Amino acid sequence: MTVTTMTDWTRARPQPNWLARLFDYKPFLVVACLTPALGLLLVFLTYPLGLGIWLSFTDTKIGRTGEFVGLDNFEYLLSDPQFWSAVFYSVFYTAVATFGKFALGLWLALLLNNHVPFKSLLRAIILLPWIVPTVLSALAFWWLYDPQFSIFSYLAIDILHIRKTPFDFLSTIWPARWSLIAANIWRGIPFVAISLLAGLQTISPSLYEAALLDGSTAWQRFRYITFPLLLPILAIVMTFSIIFTFTDFQLVYAITRGGPLNSTHLMATLAFQRGISGGELGEGAAIAVAMIPFLVAATLFSYFALARRKWQQGEAND
Amino acid sequence: MTDATAATAEASKATVTPDQMSWDSRTRRMITIYLPLALFVIVLLFPFYWMAITSFKPNAELYDYKKFNPFLIGSPTLYHIKHLLFETAYPHWLVTTMTVAVCSTTLSLFSSVLAAYAIQRLRFKGSQYVGLGIYLAYLVPPSILFIPLATTIYQLGLFDSPLALILTYPTFLVPFSTWLLIGYFKSIPYELEECALIDGATRLQILRRITLPLAVPGLISAGIFSFTLSWNEFIYALAFIQSSEKKTVSVAILTELVSGDVYQWGSLMAGSLLGSLPVALFYSFFVDYYVSSLTGAVKE
Repeated sequence: MTVTTMTDWTRARPQPNWLARLFDYKPFLVVACLTPALGLLLVFLTYPLGLGIWLSFTDTKIGRTGEFVGLDNFEYLLSDPQFWSAVFYSVFYTAVATFGKFALGLWLALLLNNHVPFKSLLRAIILLPWIVPTVLSALAFWWLYDPQFSIFSYLAIDILHIRKTPFDFLSTIWPARWSLIAANIWRGIPFVAISLLAGLQTISPSLYEAALLDGSTAWQRFRYITFPLLLPILAIVMTFSIIFTFTDFQLVYAITRGGPLNSTHLMATLAFQRGISGGELGEGAAIAVAMIPFLVAATLFSYFALARRKWQQGEAND
Repeated sequence: MTDATAATAEASKATVTPDQMSWDSRTRRMITIYLPLALFVIVLLFPFYWMAITSFKPNAELYDYKKFNPFLIGSPTLYHIKHLLFETAYPHWLVTTMTVAVCSTTLSLFSSVLAAYAIQRLRFKGSQYVGLGIYLAYLVPPSILFIPLATTIYQLGLFDSPLALILTYPTFLVPFSTWLLIGYFKSIPYELEECALIDGATRLQILRRITLPLAVPGLISAGIFSFTLSWNEFIYALAFIQSSEKKTVSVAILTELVSGDVYQWGSLMAGSLLGSLPVALFYSFFVDYYVSSLTGAVKE
């Protein structure tokens, strides 16, 4: 009787086999856990990033490995008015669209921060433009900007009687540029508004109460409470927004494909046109590499904003 | 100073006539809050309304605003949707998109969970630098990677295969999901894991039985976010896939349906609507998780 209980007791605690012990050995476990993620990122992100920089110094074409040509690609680009036009439009597009997105997004966030009925439903609806694939909503915009059947032209001509001819959205240079920016702002507002709303909700109401007791105006409460406390999140959201607006591809590719007269090319679409459609991989890579300095600037902006935030909260870096 | 006195003067006036003030504030609320909100909602939803209404209009109504009110449908038709589903490869494209989105989401969730666990809970030397590196990877946009990636994909023999998309999408899904999950793991108390360690659980058992069940909301958020991002992806799908039946919905609509000078707006809009619906439905079930992932990632 006692013997059987003894054996049962020892059998209940079997020694873990070597495999289980290996997976409990911390250094091995760390390596095993990091392998899938770091493997994917190294093979499909870091390596192509380096390869892209290398390609930009070669004259590689599709189907032919190129040779090192030094700065030839960049020299060629510097004398190419179309490249400069793309740089100009990328910067202009980013600046105007970011400004529009943040002005309207902040306004929308402030509106939603009030007590309004059906708030969560509203929030869900407002995010829709952000969820729906960009190309598909861009197609809807393309249809809205149709030269003949644009609904805006119909409104202006037949309902409001303020115009005689249909709007010309996409066939001349500046209207096309502005139309693209409008579509980008439309798509970007939800992200900005919902992120900033989350930031607004972390601000303690007691600060506003105190300010109210001190007789502050609405503008003063915004200027001295809301804005400074929102600044860290604003800076981060802005960095992401700038990076993804600057490298935007889908909207332009779907609506104008860079036209009319190549005036709406962003650097990304120009890189695609030269690199993939035109087969000049080296030149396309050079255009893509030329975007990096702009992105580094935006990232540094984010880094300093983060550092400032941690300092404000009195937290150690973690 | 003058502002303050003005405000107090206003306040005292308000206390004298409370009725007027409540009326006043209701109108004010109407004008300063509800009216702009309504405008925002209309502007943000109008393109979808237009997309939906176009896909159910017969061609006669579509191109004649004089006879038919363009904002309404006179005689709704399923013609465009039927055309799309039975005369084009649209169902194929939907299946490809769905497969790619599900596989790349699964792959990136799997690798992000392990990576986040290693960085946040196994605390090895330099773990914070690995975390920072993964965060920086999020700041590298696909637009500067697609040209070298196309050559890499070609060298690996994955060109024109959905596998190329399944393997490359994690480059922008993993950084995001890892950061989100690190945030979630941080909120789970250490004591739970210590108890399990004392009871003789192995690290992997702890991850499976304790940490993961507690991080389910984070997993759902990361999953939805990854799914919508991979459904939306365009540039890699455009650059890496050539044959018509292997394209994803957004690429296929733009390259296969847009042909010639006369655009079939009815079919194009029907295609956009059908391509948006799965992701919109999926999103509507998990709105709160989506919002928390969006804002959580920003706050991290």
